[in-house]
Amino acid sequence: MNAPALFEYTLRLGDDALINGQRLSEWCGHGPFLEEDVGVANTALDLIGRARLLLSYAGTLEGKGRDEDDLAFTRDERAWRNVLLVELPKGDFGFTTVRQFLLDAFNRQLYLGLLNSKDETLVGIAGRSAKECEYHLRHSSEWVLRLGDGTEESHCRAQRALDDLWPYTPELFESDAVTEQMEQQGIAPPAAKLRQAWLHTVEPLLRKVRLTIPENAWPQTGGRQGMHSEHMGFLLAEMQFVQRAYPGQKW
Amino acid sequence: MQMNDPTPDLERARDLVSRVKDPEIPVLTIADLGVLRDVQYENRRLVVTITPTYTGCPAMKAIEDDIQAVLHGAGFHNVEVRTQMSPPWTTDWMDERARRKLEAYGIAPPRPLASRGPIHCPQCHSANTERVSEYGSTACKALYRCLDCLEPFDYFKCI
Repeated sequence: MNAPALFEYTLRLGDDALINGQRLSEWCGHGPFLEEDVGVANTALDLIGRARLLLSYAGTLEGKGRDEDDLAFTRDERAWRNVLLVELPKGDFGFTTVRQFLLDAFNRQLYLGLLNSKDETLVGIAGRSAKECEYHLRHSSEWVLRLGDGTEESHCRAQRALDDLWPYTPELFESDAVTEQMEQQGIAPPAAKLRQAWLHTVEPLLRKVRLTIPENAWPQTGGRQGMHSEHMGFLLAEMQFVQRAYPGQKW
Repeated sequence: MQMNDPTPDLERARDLVSRVKDPEIPVLTIADLGVLRDVQYENRRLVVTITPTYTGCPAMKAIEDDIQAVLHGAGFHNVEVRTQMSPPWTTDWMDERARRKLEAYGIAPPRPLASRGPIHCPQCHSANTERVSEYGSTACKALYRCLDCLEPFDYFKCI
């Protein structure tokens, strides 16, 4: 049946959320000021919470007895299915903000779409997540507005971040056998529609603050097949250290 | 010492569970918050169903442990705490009494989702307030400031 494809699809959603959450959590204690430190950590918490639900569901679908912790802490780099965009190092606050804005806008469309999924568990997870995405997007949009429209320095850094990040965005909408099957079965929202709605959210705000979308950016891809950037190994080494060093330890 | 008749037993379990407090906001019980959805017997197992406020809320695990602890302490040993995601939790599940308790505790209660009125300072009740940050001390709160009495305060985000 569709179990392998649904497992793969759920794993992708879970991995995107977890790696994005892990990257954001690196700001905890290092935010530009206290409120933002708390803000970024809160978003990270939502993402990690979402990842727990998704990975635990993925484990059930796989049926090999792996739970959320096994999937998070004992998989090697090549078995991760997140897009490259989420694993890039956190950079400066401008980079983190622009990336989060691009992702929040995507996630909001994605989870709104999943509210109509034929898969009941995904609908349940999407119900909670869609509301959180809305909140995250409001927050990151306000920061894009401030940085893009702020000082020459903040504008310049936001533009540099957008130039660096944009080539990684097509991967969010990439289609392959898994997404095609999921779309045909009414489990995943159609990627083409998602992309349109995403652009519709992202473009007006960028234009408003005079941030220019780079043209002819060469798309960076590979994450869905487990081909990651050189940054992924370092991220996993830190995230998985405790379970690797002390297998099976419980909190 | 389980009673033969399951009904009073179930009532007792429900009463105990409904008094479990939110570890972050100890004036509210999980029933006040709307997190507690159901307490039922499934065969001989007592199933407590809860719906998380925020997906990453660390209090959920503490709440689960507290439910287990209070029921075990009262002689219920076959207990399962089940998380139900759908329908998603909303601040509209918090009743008027709970909102008043929150305000008395110093946290501005969430507005009903349909309303767009001002957020009142829980100290002096002024409507002249401003948002300091979208995020506060816990996942469910934002930070505000009263422009009349100048006190900063937490606002329970409506979602």
